[in-house]
Amino acid sequence: MIPELGHFALVLALVVAVVQGVVPMIGAWRGDIAWMSAGRSAAYLQLIFVAGAFFALMHAYVTSDFTVHNVAINSHSAQPMLYKVTSVWGNHEGSMVLWVLILALFGAAVAGFGRNLPPTLRARVLSVQAWIAVGFLSFSLFTSNPFARVFPPPLDGRDLNPLLQDPGLAFHPPMLYLGYVGFSIAFSFAIAALIEGRVDAAWARWVRPWTLAAWCFLTAGIVLGSWWAYYELGWGGWWFWDPVENVSFMPWLMGTALLHSAIVVERRNALKAWTILLAILTFSLSLIGTFIVRSGLLSSVHAFATDPERGMFILLLLGITIGGSLILFAVRAPALQPGGLFAPVSREGALVLNNLLLSVACATVFLGTLYPLFLEAFTGDKVSVGPPFYNRTFVPIMVPVIAAMALGPMMSWKRADLAGVLSRLKLALGAAILAVLIAYTQQGGAILPVLAMGLAAWLFTGSVVEWGGRVKLFRAPLADSLHRARHLPRAAHGTALAHAGLAIAMAGIVAASNWKDEAVQVLRPGETVELAGYRYRLEGVEQGQGPNYTIDRARLTVTTAEGEFVTLLDPEKRLYPVRAMPTTEAAIHTTGMADLYAVIGDADGQGGWTVRIFHEPMVPWIWAGSLIMILGGLISLSDRRLRVGAPARRRKTPAAAAPARA
Amino acid sequence: MTRKRRRLYMVLAGMVLLSGAVALVLAALDENLSYFYDPSNIAEAPPGRPIRLGGLVEEGSVVRQADGITVNFRVTDMANSIDVTYKGLLPDLFREGQGVITEGTLGPDRVFVAREVLAKHDETYMPREVADALKKSGQWKGGEAGQ
Repeated sequence: MIPELGHFALVLALVVAVVQGVVPMIGAWRGDIAWMSAGRSAAYLQLIFVAGAFFALMHAYVTSDFTVHNVAINSHSAQPMLYKVTSVWGNHEGSMVLWVLILALFGAAVAGFGRNLPPTLRARVLSVQAWIAVGFLSFSLFTSNPFARVFPPPLDGRDLNPLLQDPGLAFHPPMLYLGYVGFSIAFSFAIAALIEGRVDAAWARWVRPWTLAAWCFLTAGIVLGSWWAYYELGWGGWWFWDPVENVSFMPWLMGTALLHSAIVVERRNALKAWTILLAILTFSLSLIGTFIVRSGLLSSVHAFATDPERGMFILLLLGITIGGSLILFAVRAPALQPGGLFAPVSREGALVLNNLLLSVACATVFLGTLYPLFLEAFTGDKVSVGPPFYNRTFVPIMVPVIAAMALGPMMSWKRADLAGVLSRLKLALGAAILAVLIAYTQQGGAILPVLAMGLAAWLFTGSVVEWGGRVKLFRAPLADSLHRARHLPRAAHGTALAHAGLAIAMAGIVAASNWKDEAVQVLRPGETVELAGYRYRLEGVEQGQGPNYTIDRARLTVTTAEGEFVTLLDPEKRLYPVRAMPTTEAAIHTTGMADLYAVIGDADGQGGWTVRIFHEPMVPWIWAGSLIMILGGLISLSDRRLRVGAPARRRKTPAAAAPARA
Repeated sequence: MTRKRRRLYMVLAGMVLLSGAVALVLAALDENLSYFYDPSNIAEAPPGRPIRLGGLVEEGSVVRQADGITVNFRVTDMANSIDVTYKGLLPDLFREGQGVITEGTLGPDRVFVAREVLAKHDETYMPREVADALKKSGQWKGGEAGQ
């Protein structure tokens, strides 16, 4: 009964979305207040229905209702409760419902927080938001109904893919979707602005917090996924330039560009058309990301069953959304009034550079990810593009981004004094040279990674100096600095934190990608292997039993070369009998400067076990740096000026506020 | 600076960046594409260049060497098969009779030296490339790829 109610709720949500897509739009066009405000009620109603459907599905999972086909093939009665819940989105159909739920949530948030948005803009935004919902709800209902029944019901379910039964991955999809779908707000605002023919500072002030929130979620989602790959796959790597990673990274790159160009629109009233285009592209890439992963075009852990009908629907939906919005952009963008002037060397100039480089970087990732698909479609050749491609293209493009990132925040608007800015960066230059020397004496080897460490130090110190300059650190009494820090806009703290966080993560990425060590060896109990100054001794392997799996657990004692005790590592090999599928649980001990990482393989049948040890320098820095970036974003988000819905559009004379025509 | 001048500068900067990126991409693509082969057409592969080989792990062919780390096995598309040697930890789902994709180079002795054996994340999942190779050799028994 409950699954049928859930299905019905989804149908009702589609009906409401159609109404919400039409009525407020017509209302805004005719200036009819009642029709416009219908959008708000519809947005709330849509949220209620979609949430009803979502919780009905969750109910089926929690109670292990195997008469529902989706539950039967993705859950099992012996699964721990956490994974019964997360199974809801661990499959194609359920993840689509989660997508729509988040979309409805954001739509309702616009309706709720956007109280002082101009009514026509809000009505149009809600309508565009509803069009997206119509697309996704019909996709869900017509091609991937999560509530379909199965008869006769199986005695037990087929279990969630064991690799997904993990706390890190449990929350990776919702975070990622909050990011992807969050960009739909920027998209809806962009389309609404194109329809209105007006973009001003107030528009940017509404778009920025939504974009920033989506960006924080997306960052968290990507980091969670990367962290999961690091400890669960047992390959000792955290980023593989795998197509499914790339498709989440592309909207992140574009979203980062959007975040920065929206600042220029808000503060300087320039780059309007460009910002609109970025908003459209960011969300388009989010859509492509969702669908490439779901369509099974690329083989990966995320590729669920493929189905030609779904493929066509997806292609159609992508074509309409992306093509339609780009055509609208081409037609309407020239009508946007051009904004303030600036010199190439200025804050605006630096942000333009940031935007250009990020877009180009994104384009190279896009090409590397989709080139194999295109090539196969046109020539039938099957190829794959590996990490070396990205190291040769993406990495060189990011170098000037990082180098310029230290300069940008110090530049003044309109026209900046480059010599003055550079003289403030003497300290950063010193830090960079110091870091290069340290890296060279500690690691030596190839010169490029050593220089890259200098670049990370440059950015980190540059960000600190910039923040220090704002609060007059060490130039005024400490109490005075503290006072200034308290009154500094939160967004300034956020910028400094996010940039410094990126520097820390970058140092980790450079070190981990270049100076990693590994050893693979067969060990019998009592035997040892040495790696990077640590000695690993296999004590033994014992059998155990988890809730829905069996365990082989090895015990390794780690000591320094001198014999001083460091830690115990317990890597596991698990076997999930329902799918007869083994998984690897790496054991990781972090020293802060490096991770000691151990994985156990198969028994060799003569009392020995294959043991794989990695020495992963500075990997913890990647996680710490990313967290600092997210924290920077959140602090920025709490800025009064950015408070969602708080800013009121500056009163203008009616003539100036009228739709602009060029 | 006039608006036109500014736009010109921005377009120019964009063009310079874009052409730089295109050059990078073309150079990198040329060197870093690895083509996919199956055991029947691997003879056409250029020697010494990294390629991908896909097929099924032949039943009864997996032999672990004395060092415990090197593994020899045969990859087959049921028409032809080829010897593969790999040193390292095999992925969790590596099994005889299962689809597999390996990356490496073909040696002069016609033994494929794998640098990497790709893990698939699902026990029922058949890599699309492998399914196509089996269809080509007329040995495909399953339904649609990926099911």
